[in-house]
Amino acid sequence: MEKINIIIDDKQVAVEPGTTVLHAARLIGIKIPTLCYMKLDDLNFENKPGGCRICVVEIEGRRNLAPACKTECTAGMKVKTNTIRVINSRRTVLELILSNHPAECLICAKSGDCELQSLAHKLGIREIHYQGEKSKFKGDKSPSIIREMEKCVMCRRCETACNEVQTVGVLSAINRGFNSVVAPAFEMDFDKTTCTYCGQCVAVCPTGALTERDLTWRVIEALVNPEKTVVVQTAPAVRAALGEAFGMEPGTLVTGKMTAALRKLGFNYVFDTDFAADLTIMEEGTEILDRLSKFLKGDKDVKLPILTSCCPGWVNFLEHNFPELKDVPSTAKSPQQMFGAIAKSYFADKLGIKREDMIVVSVMPCLAKKYESMRPEFSVNGDPDVNISISTRELAQLIRNANIDFNSLPDEDFDSPLGASTGAAVIFGTTGGVIEAAVRSAYELFTKKQLPKLDFEELRGLEGIRQATIDFDGTPINIGIAHGLGNARKLLDDLKAGKCSFHAIEIMACPGGCIGGGGQPYHHGNVEILRKRQSALYIEDKNKPLRKSHENPFIVQLYDEFLGKPLEHKAHELLHTHYFDKKKKIIIE
Amino acid sequence: MGKFKNHILVCLGTGCRASQSEEIIRNFKTALEENDLENDVQIVGTGCFGFCEKGPVIKMVPDNTFYVLVNPEDANEIVLEHIVKGRKVERLLYVDPETKKHVSDSKHMGFYKKQIRIALRNCGFINPENIDEYIARDGYAALGSVISEMTPQEAINVVKDSELRGRGGGGFPTGLKWELTKKSNSDQKYVVCNADEGDPGAFMDRSILEGDPHSVLEAMAICGYCIGANVGVIYIRAEYPLAIQRLKIAIQQARDYGLLGNEILGSKFNFDIEIRYGAGAFVCGEETALIHSMEGLRGEPTVKPPFPAVSGYKGKPTNVNNVETFANIPPIFLKGSSWFKTIGNEKSKGTKVFALAGKVNNVGLIEVPMGTTLREVIFDIGGGIKDGKKFKAVQTGGPSGGCLTEKHLDTPIDYDNLIASGSMMGSGGMVVLDEDDCMVDVARFYLDFTVEESCGKCAPCRIGNKRMNEMLEKITMGKGEEDDIIRLKNLANVIKDTSLCGLGQTSPNPVLSTMDNFMHEYVAHVHDKKCPAKQCKALMQYSIDPNKCVGCTLCSRVCPVDAISGERKEPHKINAALCIKCGACMEKCKFGAISLS
Amino acid sequence: MAKVKTLADLRKMSEDLKTKIQLREKGDNPESMIQLKVSMATCGIASGAKEVMDFFIEELDKQNIDAVVTQTGCMGYCFAEPTIEITLPGQDPIVYGFVNELKAKEIIEKYVKNGEMVEGIIPTNYQTPDNQ
Repeated sequence: MEKINIIIDDKQVAVEPGTTVLHAARLIGIKIPTLCYMKLDDLNFENKPGGCRICVVEIEGRRNLAPACKTECTAGMKVKTNTIRVINSRRTVLELILSNHPAECLICAKSGDCELQSLAHKLGIREIHYQGEKSKFKGDKSPSIIREMEKCVMCRRCETACNEVQTVGVLSAINRGFNSVVAPAFEMDFDKTTCTYCGQCVAVCPTGALTERDLTWRVIEALVNPEKTVVVQTAPAVRAALGEAFGMEPGTLVTGKMTAALRKLGFNYVFDTDFAADLTIMEEGTEILDRLSKFLKGDKDVKLPILTSCCPGWVNFLEHNFPELKDVPSTAKSPQQMFGAIAKSYFADKLGIKREDMIVVSVMPCLAKKYESMRPEFSVNGDPDVNISISTRELAQLIRNANIDFNSLPDEDFDSPLGASTGAAVIFGTTGGVIEAAVRSAYELFTKKQLPKLDFEELRGLEGIRQATIDFDGTPINIGIAHGLGNARKLLDDLKAGKCSFHAIEIMACPGGCIGGGGQPYHHGNVEILRKRQSALYIEDKNKPLRKSHENPFIVQLYDEFLGKPLEHKAHELLHTHYFDKKKKIIIE
Repeated sequence: MGKFKNHILVCLGTGCRASQSEEIIRNFKTALEENDLENDVQIVGTGCFGFCEKGPVIKMVPDNTFYVLVNPEDANEIVLEHIVKGRKVERLLYVDPETKKHVSDSKHMGFYKKQIRIALRNCGFINPENIDEYIARDGYAALGSVISEMTPQEAINVVKDSELRGRGGGGFPTGLKWELTKKSNSDQKYVVCNADEGDPGAFMDRSILEGDPHSVLEAMAICGYCIGANVGVIYIRAEYPLAIQRLKIAIQQARDYGLLGNEILGSKFNFDIEIRYGAGAFVCGEETALIHSMEGLRGEPTVKPPFPAVSGYKGKPTNVNNVETFANIPPIFLKGSSWFKTIGNEKSKGTKVFALAGKVNNVGLIEVPMGTTLREVIFDIGGGIKDGKKFKAVQTGGPSGGCLTEKHLDTPIDYDNLIASGSMMGSGGMVVLDEDDCMVDVARFYLDFTVEESCGKCAPCRIGNKRMNEMLEKITMGKGEEDDIIRLKNLANVIKDTSLCGLGQTSPNPVLSTMDNFMHEYVAHVHDKKCPAKQCKALMQYSIDPNKCVGCTLCSRVCPVDAISGERKEPHKINAALCIKCGACMEKCKFGAISLS
Repeated sequence: MAKVKTLADLRKMSEDLKTKIQLREKGDNPESMIQLKVSMATCGIASGAKEVMDFFIEELDKQNIDAVVTQTGCMGYCFAEPTIEITLPGQDPIVYGFVNELKAKEIIEKYVKNGEMVEGIIPTNYQTPDNQ
């Protein structure tokens, strides 16, 4: 298609048809300020309701100012982005938005990371000329997500994430006019809805309206209690993103610094969820092989494809939306919960302490993990296997609070025995990683042969739904991968309709997998950050001496000393779970 | 059965129904039966006559006697006197306010003299629940001739040639809109009738639907034929139960006659109509918001383009017209586009229906040729200002419009003139204000409405209108600061310039136009803390004239806050600090000693 | 209900139905039509005004003459009942007394159709609410 010539601030630019004025301006280095607009390339996320009116520009021949994010270029268009009229309007509109904002920046979880704050700074707002009544809304403290809608600017990004990307459909605008706000229907609390706690709404919220439930104080309380042994586990995706919170380049791996910081914070044992990820592969991989061999032998009752079960957001989604499929996913617990179960049995025994005297803290890229750790089936006599689950952002907060100079910390190693892991565990943090890890072990256990090549490029990438067929020495195994719950829904609908020929499917709730989790440092719409986190994990995998879960010597030892064999009695009791039909749970009060 | 010698047309519009016109019909029936006249006189419940000021109204046919303010008890007398004895019941005749004489025939009433009824041609004339009466008035003949004798493009050309413009407010040429929708290629297209009339005080569309539903159905079918759609949807607010009921009856009757459905009148054209209910959100009058609402989504507008003609309901090309626009379509085909063009003026052809309200003598529904002046509407049709007060302004276009003043009185009413004068046609609300109306308070009233009706999607409308409303409130409460006038004006201009949809872009008009024409009132409120129209109570003070007060103590006894003190038989005083301005004292004072200033 | 199958059917139906609302159409444009008022006070009714009125309505209709037939009060000519007042478009009203069916037929044939005067005119000097 022929390019279109337009003039922005007296500069000519040629653009593809369909380009918006906002993007055309960026091509020539003019950054028109935005607030509600957000686009995540390749992740099916584009939010441009044209609602905030911050990006308005003057277009010759038009009566009113036009939103640059929504206005497509037409041939010969003349745009001015910085006339007095534009500047005055932009400022006035921002003042209006600020006039209905609590302006509690000093104690706001989002301070320093808030797009409204930086916009106010950029436009140099010193006085709000239009003061008046401020909105009041019902607060909501769910296990994972806190809503403080007084801080909402109605950008609707959360709505786009919840409805279009995740197809969860919990959030939408309610009420009219000044009382408009994004909320669940009837302003119900999240815990009464089908919210999966995936936290993608939090990940895209420009202000402090949607944040994680902050548990840092509970961590501090645990650390200062001399009667407790405090054990920490860190999920794979955390190490690829934590550095961003300290000004490092996205994709910087900070495994060693993170371990050192955790030790400085006073954790008694610094362990790795990766260990539990290897354990997960042992259980889940065995389960895959078990179902697969039965299937290949002609067993009609066997449930295939098998679905991965390590993502708690996805499990919630399944329980709410596809309860009829609740027997399909692997029964293996998530690595977080496997870790908790092993720490509070095997490791507590080793230390000779009661499980109640051990506090397990998990650091997760995820907000759904908070809810998962609180599920009653993951506790023994009221004592949860994982006591406190904090996000990457909360860990960064704790490190800052403790006045630790993160950037200059020396690298340290995890403690033993629950700190050792293979490369297979590391890639759990990205979409495609779990299934690749499972394939590495399942192949060798199934074929009793060494894999010629460990890198399954065909399973990697950021495409929403991917599929590949892996040759298990003559037996073709069909693998499906979906990340983002909207993509998961497509696969599950196919599955329900019997249109699915996969043997195994990996599903991650968040776009990109855990690297894009709701608890990670904010990406502010920059998908490049997710790509860099992803490649960091593949590099860490590549650099590991061991890259197959079943080769992890501590895992082998754990089975020998304690668990017996995968799927068997003790392993089954500690490492497996089941799922619930939560479809009818929604009651309108 | 012999032929009816008389028809009694009883208005069953919403207003008259509310004042018991159904009861009137029942009483007529009884009275006729008692006098053995049920075969001589036919009772017809019709749509709105327009003259709501004096409802319930009835019309005696064929002598055209027009009775106003009829009570159910009057039915018997009318039958005995008018029908049996042939004598008019004088006390029920309309009295001309100027000549003080009884006017028996609606033709001689100032209210009707200057009106031309095209959209309302059947309102108050036929029984809207009887398709036969519509057909007797050449109903569905336009549809018949269009589908039997014209190609879609030929028919569109007729509409284009008539220069009919959208009556919902925007004034977009209807024929062009149809043509654009026709040109969009799609397997499925829709005709949508926008019956989400939401201006405060407006009831034009409602009256058409209640009085002549078939004309809208017929026009929608014609439109469907022209653009290539076979589904029509009427989006109507659920607050219009009577209109909905009559539409349902009309749709069923049209289906029974095969005038809706498959192979209409033996042609290959299929068309049917369904009804969708809106929940009464003003913003859903905006066509993109309306479409979202029909799709089951939140009634929020989206940025145009894409226009509904390209991507509308369910993403398909959709033609949205307002009720009144559709009601004009059948007459254009029956009488020809050149006939239509003889009515109206240069750029605006045909007529416009207005809901005339406020401080005029004849409140009601009127239809006048485009180009009629405001003076003719207010003084000739409206019968001038109530109680001999002085005309101050007329608000047109509802919350999106503005206030026009004395100097605009001779402005011909059409789309372009109204915009040039700082207001707009809107859907046809027209509220007349007199010297007692405070213009700042009027602006505040409309802002109240807009704040309530904003969808909340874009920031300037969501927050800006709220802030404007708060500033106006502050000013009317006497708390305005010097900067407020400049800020208010800036805010109004920014909201107009940056809002997403028509609602927000026009919401500051009541403020801007009152500022343009009545800046002195704003200044008086802010600077002098005075309300020139004596409407803003916070700026007023009650006082007792010591020369008139006889010290009867009545006022001090009724004062709920003990703000009045004084000895018996001595002049009393009001303590302004305590006074809550309830006005009870003034009402009670027999000596006219208490005044408000 | 039978479906209307063609445009011609619709037009025919419309013509047939027009008679049902003809009275209202006429009432809306009385100036362009012959207006005929029958005095229907007690005196008139007693001397057969109702029958005369019925006759006029039927006869005019039969002959396809556009006319509005209404009743009116006592015109004050009780000696000459039944009386009728007839107004041709653009002309002054004329009052006839002692109108029976025969007279009525004559009035239609001569005056209404051809404008020829018929005997029996009463000079008018009465007032009705209409000409006050």
